[in-house]
Amino acid sequence: MRFVDEFRDAEKARALSAKITSLCEPGRHYKFMEVCGGHTHTIYKHGLEDYLPESITLVHGPGCPVCVIPMGRVDDAIHIARQPGVLMTSFGDMMRVPGSGGNFFDSNAEGTNIRMVYSPLDSLKIARQNPDLQVVFMAIGFETTAPSTAMTVLRAAKEGIENFSVFANHVTIIPAIKAILDSPDLRLDGFIGPGHVSTVIGCRPYEFIAAEYGKPVVVAGFEPLDILQSIYMLMEQLHEGRSEVENQYSRVVPWDGNPVALRVIAETMELRPYFEWRGLGFISHSALRMREEYAAFDAERQYSVPGVRVADPKACQCGEVLKGVLKPWECKVFGTACTPETPIGTCMVSPEGACAAYYNFGRFTRQRVREASTT
Amino acid sequence: MCLGIPGEVIEIMTDRPDLAKVDVSGVKRAINIGLLTDDPPVPGEWVLIHVGFALSKIDEAEAAAALEFLESIGKAYEDEMAAFLESRIE
Amino acid sequence: MTNREQQVLDRIDKARRRRAKVREERITLSHGSGGKATQTLVEAVFLDAFRNPMLEQLEDAAEFTVDGARLALTTDSFVVSPLFFPGGDIGDLAVNGTVNDLAVSGARPLYLTAGFILEEGFPVADLTRIVDSMAAAAAVAGVKIVTGDTKVVQRGKADGCYINTAGVGVLDADTRLGVATVRPGDVILVSGPIGEHGITIMLARGELDIDADLESDTAPVHGLVSALLAACPGVRAMRDATRGGVATILNEIAKAADVAVVVDEAAIPVKTEVRGASELLGIDPLYVACEGRIVVVVDGAHVDSALAALRAHPLGAEAAVIGRVKDDPPGLVLLNTTFGGTRIVDLLVGDPLPRIC
Repeated sequence: MRFVDEFRDAEKARALSAKITSLCEPGRHYKFMEVCGGHTHTIYKHGLEDYLPESITLVHGPGCPVCVIPMGRVDDAIHIARQPGVLMTSFGDMMRVPGSGGNFFDSNAEGTNIRMVYSPLDSLKIARQNPDLQVVFMAIGFETTAPSTAMTVLRAAKEGIENFSVFANHVTIIPAIKAILDSPDLRLDGFIGPGHVSTVIGCRPYEFIAAEYGKPVVVAGFEPLDILQSIYMLMEQLHEGRSEVENQYSRVVPWDGNPVALRVIAETMELRPYFEWRGLGFISHSALRMREEYAAFDAERQYSVPGVRVADPKACQCGEVLKGVLKPWECKVFGTACTPETPIGTCMVSPEGACAAYYNFGRFTRQRVREASTT
Repeated sequence: MCLGIPGEVIEIMTDRPDLAKVDVSGVKRAINIGLLTDDPPVPGEWVLIHVGFALSKIDEAEAAAALEFLESIGKAYEDEMAAFLESRIE
Repeated sequence: MTNREQQVLDRIDKARRRRAKVREERITLSHGSGGKATQTLVEAVFLDAFRNPMLEQLEDAAEFTVDGARLALTTDSFVVSPLFFPGGDIGDLAVNGTVNDLAVSGARPLYLTAGFILEEGFPVADLTRIVDSMAAAAAVAGVKIVTGDTKVVQRGKADGCYINTAGVGVLDADTRLGVATVRPGDVILVSGPIGEHGITIMLARGELDIDADLESDTAPVHGLVSALLAACPGVRAMRDATRGGVATILNEIAKAADVAVVVDEAAIPVKTEVRGASELLGIDPLYVACEGRIVVVVDGAHVDSALAALRAHPLGAEAAVIGRVKDDPPGLVLLNTTFGGTRIVDLLVGDPLPRIC
């Protein structure tokens, strides 16, 4: 596969790994956070950490827009799905995020009609083909996905479709990063910056991280060599005493982002004053909702949602785990109230979240796994 | 949020210029290129696909440059390894 | 590792070893996917109620002896949608699926039952098409459909047509196969490219608007299996890779035999289009269903004869060695990625879900 396979080459990985190691100062430990769920996935999928020296740790940030949806919002979605004549459509990875009474699969078992789609346009197609049904699209994702929702709403408006609406749960990346940076216990040396979000918002929004907080940022692609190269670029910055925003993913990410995408988001959506993130509490101006002019396509206005806040148990320490301050097993509810079957915070909801991964395989050290597979 | 896959544009739909057919390893799908109106793609160009939309064009020059950098690191590493091994033979 | 960390890990281990319990009050789609949810349901509800040593083997078919004859018995239900897809239809699956479960147990498939649950309003022409496929598939497999049943349910149920088939076959006196016999040093092979059936079905549903030149790989594997067993004395176990894909089979082996299974990503055959569709959807082909592929575990000393026998047969032309069995870490499936790293391949809870994230 072009633009994919070349960036998965093991030999180049070895070379990069050697260069990264050569930049490590003896006795110093480095912690880099990747913010993007997709980066976490790539790291796990390819076993990328096997190429990093012991002195570099990757911390998985709050970059899974699915996993940060709080229980209350899932309950709200299910409430909408329960209304007569509603067919709700959702991305696959959202189907398993738990609300206070179960996830979308559980809800379907009780009679709702929540179906998986690959694209918001699929939901619109379903609405066109089923004029007697009210089709609601569960819109999730960071700024990467918001333009697609916006384009779909614009198309629905253009075609005069009356049985389609969106339950907007798009979240924005910068406030989440800021929340991480502002926490007192933080010890991060740099950020592996979001890749596809940046195709929309560009690289400028990260400049404050380098300028005000002094942490280097490298916007990274999603193939394993992209991430390794980004780590190398971060190490170079640290080595040279620089703190800048660099774009490793320049083949896809334009420095100024995608103005058309930003325009359609601005036309159809606006920032909410605040939004709750699972495990992280309320963050101001961190999510989008439909504008008044598009009220006809706003499920939140068409169906009055209960909006009951289902509080994370006070003991949830996701925030600290996300920031790399606590290890999963150090969280008070890890393995007891919070397990992969009964997850509380985002770290456990995502199968690649730090806690889920540790719960399933923490008893096997990376070294033991590596030895078993290479001898 | 993150899953984006590179695909080659094969044709722009004549009746719907905001739609294009793309090829990903022999698999074809129609996607919406409405987000690229400032610089619409033409057949032969590559785009990044996310949930049925093209988010960005893949800049082949930048891709080549990225690979060149990786090649050079690879070459430098090989040279170093070769030198290292040679020096042991003595 | 600190004391505190060890305590936490011990607590998790204890919880893991507790008796399986179904948490949910109602059945969800995840319970039917062949992954963790299915396993829990089988252990907690079915095994618990039907408890007997034959069932507890949890192999693809049950084996028993009657008056000196060694028999294998299996059943499978088919609820695929759409009913007709590139490469076959529900009728093909219904015959081949049961034939294959018998074949991988080492049995010669003989007789099948066929139970139909039909939806009110289902076209008779479609039923005829399906039944003709079954007759043809049975002829190819050398089995006879000897008894059956028909029920009709109200419009809205049964998705047109559901089929259940049960099958009986006969085992040679000296055939001793089973995942419990798998041990460190064994080698793992797969008979051909993976994931074709599952991806074909996903695309055939028409909801994804994806065009690909793909067909279901549904096929009866008894001929392939006989050729393998005739040529290779060291076969430990075989499994039919259906729902849950190869990853699920590997996990079943690792767990049942308490061994580690290590596979090489580069060695696993995947068709280009399956790979393309999987990348596009964000699905891992390792978890996607096949319907005519087998996973074989052989004694390491006999790999060459196994591979040669598979490759000599039309259904095994692209057979490959994909991994090996080790003793540590027990119960785990490890994958050496093409990138050069290692990752753990766990069971999924339910079906592989397309991700956007």
